[in-house]
Amino acid sequence: MTAATSTVGRNRWLSASTWRNLLRDYPLVPLTILLVLLVVLADILQPGLVNPGWVTSAVRQAAVLGILAGCQTLTMLTGGIDLSVGFVASMAGFVTATFVHQPGGWPMGIAVSLGAAALAGLVSGIGVGIFRVHPLIVTLGMGLVVFGFANVWQLQSVQTGSGVPIEIRTIGSGTLGALPNDLLVFVPVAIVLLLLLKRTGYGRMLYAIGDNPIAARLSGVRSWQVLVVLYALSGVLAGIAGLVQSGLSNTASVTLVQPYLLPSVAAAVIGGTSILGGRGGYSGTIVGALILTVLASVLSIVLPEPWRQVVFGSIVVLVAATYARLTAES
Amino acid sequence: MTLTTSTDMLLEATDVSKTYGAVVALHNASLAVRPGEVHALVGANGAGKSTLVKILTGAVTPDSGRIIVRGRERKSHSPAEARRNGLVSVYQEPAVIPDLDIRENLRLTHTPVEPFRHWMNELGVENLNLSSLARRLPLATLRIVDLAKALAIEPDVLLLDEITAALPANLTERVLQNVQQLGEDRSVIFISHRLIEIAAVCDRATVLRNGETVGVVDVAAGSEDKIVNLMLGEGATALAQREGGHVTAAARSHQTPRLSLLGMSARRRLHNASFELYPGEVLGVVALEGQGQDELFDVLAGSERPSSGSLLVDGKPATFHHPADAIRIGMVYVAADRAEALLMQRSVRENISLPFSARIPQWGWINLGREKHKVDEAVNTLQIDARAGAEVRRLSGGNQQKVTIARWVASGVKTMLCFDPTRGIDIRTKNQIYVLLRDLAAAGAAVLLYTSELKEIQLACDRVIVIFGGEVVAEMPAAQASEAALLRAAHNLKPDSALPEEVAAAATGDMSAVQAAIDSQSTTVSQR
Amino acid sequence: MSATTATIEQPRGGPADRIGSFARDNAWTLGLLGFLAVLLGFTKFANPNYGLDSLQGTATSVLPLALAAVAQAVVVISGGIDLSISSQMALTSCIAATLMKGYPGEGVAVGIVILVLLIGVVLGAVNGALVVLTKVPDIVVTLSTFFIWAGFALLVRPAPGGAAADWLKGLVVGGLGIDWLPKAAILLIVLVALIWIPLSRSRLGLSLYAIGSNPLAAFRSGVAVNRTKFLAYVITGFVAAFAGLSLTASTGIGTPVPEPTYVLISIAAVVLGGVSLAGGIGGVFGPIVAVVVLQLIRDDMTFMHVDPNYGLVAQGLILIGVLMVGSLIQQRRSRA
Repeated sequence: MTAATSTVGRNRWLSASTWRNLLRDYPLVPLTILLVLLVVLADILQPGLVNPGWVTSAVRQAAVLGILAGCQTLTMLTGGIDLSVGFVASMAGFVTATFVHQPGGWPMGIAVSLGAAALAGLVSGIGVGIFRVHPLIVTLGMGLVVFGFANVWQLQSVQTGSGVPIEIRTIGSGTLGALPNDLLVFVPVAIVLLLLLKRTGYGRMLYAIGDNPIAARLSGVRSWQVLVVLYALSGVLAGIAGLVQSGLSNTASVTLVQPYLLPSVAAAVIGGTSILGGRGGYSGTIVGALILTVLASVLSIVLPEPWRQVVFGSIVVLVAATYARLTAES
Repeated sequence: MTLTTSTDMLLEATDVSKTYGAVVALHNASLAVRPGEVHALVGANGAGKSTLVKILTGAVTPDSGRIIVRGRERKSHSPAEARRNGLVSVYQEPAVIPDLDIRENLRLTHTPVEPFRHWMNELGVENLNLSSLARRLPLATLRIVDLAKALAIEPDVLLLDEITAALPANLTERVLQNVQQLGEDRSVIFISHRLIEIAAVCDRATVLRNGETVGVVDVAAGSEDKIVNLMLGEGATALAQREGGHVTAAARSHQTPRLSLLGMSARRRLHNASFELYPGEVLGVVALEGQGQDELFDVLAGSERPSSGSLLVDGKPATFHHPADAIRIGMVYVAADRAEALLMQRSVRENISLPFSARIPQWGWINLGREKHKVDEAVNTLQIDARAGAEVRRLSGGNQQKVTIARWVASGVKTMLCFDPTRGIDIRTKNQIYVLLRDLAAAGAAVLLYTSELKEIQLACDRVIVIFGGEVVAEMPAAQASEAALLRAAHNLKPDSALPEEVAAAATGDMSAVQAAIDSQSTTVSQR
Repeated sequence: MSATTATIEQPRGGPADRIGSFARDNAWTLGLLGFLAVLLGFTKFANPNYGLDSLQGTATSVLPLALAAVAQAVVVISGGIDLSISSQMALTSCIAATLMKGYPGEGVAVGIVILVLLIGVVLGAVNGALVVLTKVPDIVVTLSTFFIWAGFALLVRPAPGGAAADWLKGLVVGGLGIDWLPKAAILLIVLVALIWIPLSRSRLGLSLYAIGSNPLAAFRSGVAVNRTKFLAYVITGFVAAFAGLSLTASTGIGTPVPEPTYVLISIAAVVLGGVSLAGGIGGVFGPIVAVVVLQLIRDDMTFMHVDPNYGLVAQGLILIGVLMVGSLIQQRRSRA
């Protein structure tokens, strides 16, 4: 067919399509512009708002959201999704807090909670990869299981008492000079994820499975291996996000990170990762998480909470629709 | 343009154009169908056939042009509207909803039941239980259901889009017989790659090339050449004849075969197939539709486990649980369906390097330099035009097919299993693929090549086996594999027996034996 | 050699076979019903006090979830999914409770109910229009509208409150004449009979299954795929409004924050009820039975003095377990 192509309205088409291709192939550029615009808007709406304190707090929230959105990015690249992240993250923060007065202390708590998070992810991965159940259902069911166990654990640990360990609070709310300590967790996580996706064979497999599972299989990929590892990894990431969040808010409850579930999906979507798989990456997600955080901050200046939700939802649809239009096969 | 523009046409499409972005799919194409005729629509891939069909059936709205049915202009924005305008299409994939029963399927399409039953009977399927879920019926039955559904609503024009590629030949004949009985005021548009069929059943043919109507041919003896010339246009590359270099039987007798199959059976269609494939040869496989060749390749590629029989690779028994097992011992599979083989949204590079990272030990750090080297080498070997390589879906069909082969060239191949790798690609690319397969064989690889184009056997192969009813029924050196000889063998006729005239003429002759094999899984299709 | 090819037994049309094929086609729902019977027996055993009034209580508490499951089933059958159902319920429930508080009167309440149902249709229409027009995956669209409806719910009612007309409450609480006939169950049956049965027999109903089963074949069969998809969300919104009204009726108030587990349980029930997430397969009866089963399991755990949180664990494990087994059977079958 291309042999038979000829162009019509060359000039107009060229300029329009150049833009299209630019947006499609380098979503980071418009996303970053959008982020900057939002920050500027925030400062215009409330002069003086954008100061080091605001930046620190925005970065903190974006860090938690960014890690959780990492779970969604990885799973969405394979055409999946992880709806258990809110439950798993809350569980991890909470379980760690209950270990504060126990033998072993917080290191033990972190080991147990991340172990449990990995286990939950592993079970999800087995369900998705080996039993081939839809990831939406598996992770949802796993979320309920984790939430139930966390509640049981809560009742068990009423007597022993709990509290967010000081070490985790330091990570979550302390600063190192001007920089929030959360970055000590987030930056390594981000680097690992970026490299994982761009420079490792495993990352390639995630894209391959998401783009075309049949082609992957015919090329010798055993997708169950990839998926089991993927969901376990997603569980661990969610656990880490839960620890950071419990340090940030200095609370530990079994529902602490729940409100982040939907924004985590939204951040990945805004960052250009397709929920249908095979397209996207973590760099966009990071910017997406920042955009959502700044957006929430801007909206909180001008709008009451209910309207914020409305605008938030509308923007996600709008951005997703723009992507759908840009990446549509012509 | 040799179009008649008289008003006695049943259907007339004039100056139809359609552009997708920068791609002109149709440019002032025209089609005129007389009442009562069977009219072929032919053209190479990408010539615009499928776009024209989509426009006629309302699936796509044209940028410009008029469609006139029975003297009145019709605009169809959906298949439903096209149906109301008297245009109904039957596709290779039956348009039957698998999770509804047949009666519900009929209601969905407003198809009257009695005429439907009548046509089912005419087409040879009696006593179909209308309450059975469509997904429980065999595919062959569903195809007939789809046809009967279309016939039952008595369309002015029936479009048959490549249905013969999916239908047993004698059913095609039966369908066309029935269609011809529709009467003088109903017509059929017949779309097929198989010129032999067109010659047998069509009255006239409209030829498309590069989105334009380049001619209308009265189909008669010898008109195939005319059609081909129109399809190819000027400057068409003829297929290069291959120089010698056959592996002789004598040379083979001293070698361990790369592959030997002994009594291999799988699913319902492959029965007791045995043959050997030697290093350094290209072994052709020829079979009519549905004789077990799909199963054979699935088994060899590791996608399917055989129900019985044994497979020796380099003299050692091999069992595959997954394509990965086959790939590990150097047996790689090139599918005809590029949608099965490619990561459409990913780059040429990622597509070619896909097998490099398939196994767990390869999940680690990628040596980008080494990868680039290997990929570039493969791209050069296959002369892939990778300018639009950021997304494979933006490449042309031929280049896409080359990518699927380059993947294995880059990761090293000892045995290549090619299932109709040249389906739907242009002649130049076909040629390049033959040359590549020859080169691979010359370098010591073994190549198994199934092809639906009999011409390819002599161009690319050293030796050919013919499968019929799941078994290997003939083997011959390529030099003896003329199209007539292959066709005869494919119908399981002894070489010395005369080829029935119909078969020779139209490949739609008396094939009750073939039919029995094809229909064996569908007892609802009763025999004449 | 064609003689060696295997053949399939042709199904015959005898009455026994018809029962057989009915059983086969509805095996999942029948099995689920059997399980429900066992579970009810077990409930009686675990809690001898579980009597007829308890049955009424179960029915009342199950009603909103059952309707949510029906709403979800419709859209899932058409090949979509609606994650915004729980906030649609919260919004419609809040509107109903607020209006009924502001404009008391049993007669006015009828008008309010109709208005709320219309609002449900509008919410569904917005979801459907977004899915069809933007071509954004349904999960993302309904995830976004989840926020939007929840935001509106908070605008309507910043805090739980409002009122419900007495006749509305009367519809879902208690028994109908005889004790063992819970009104909520009757209402559910009536609603399903009025909405689902005509729908599933209509051409629209067939089209819903068609686009879920095979969109391309549906398109080629002349089904208006986009319009049908749109209508699926409209029907879902309509039924979700009933679910919201039943929330108001059973609690007497409107709560602006959507119950987080509703969406999850509606999807779980739909899947456990034999509706394929891929679309095209199933009905609404299975999901309703599944909702009751899920609820009874939690109730039973309470009776047995098991920490009710294990109920969540059990629900999750059942969901995953049943699906794993189901998927395994399917894989076996497709391989054979």
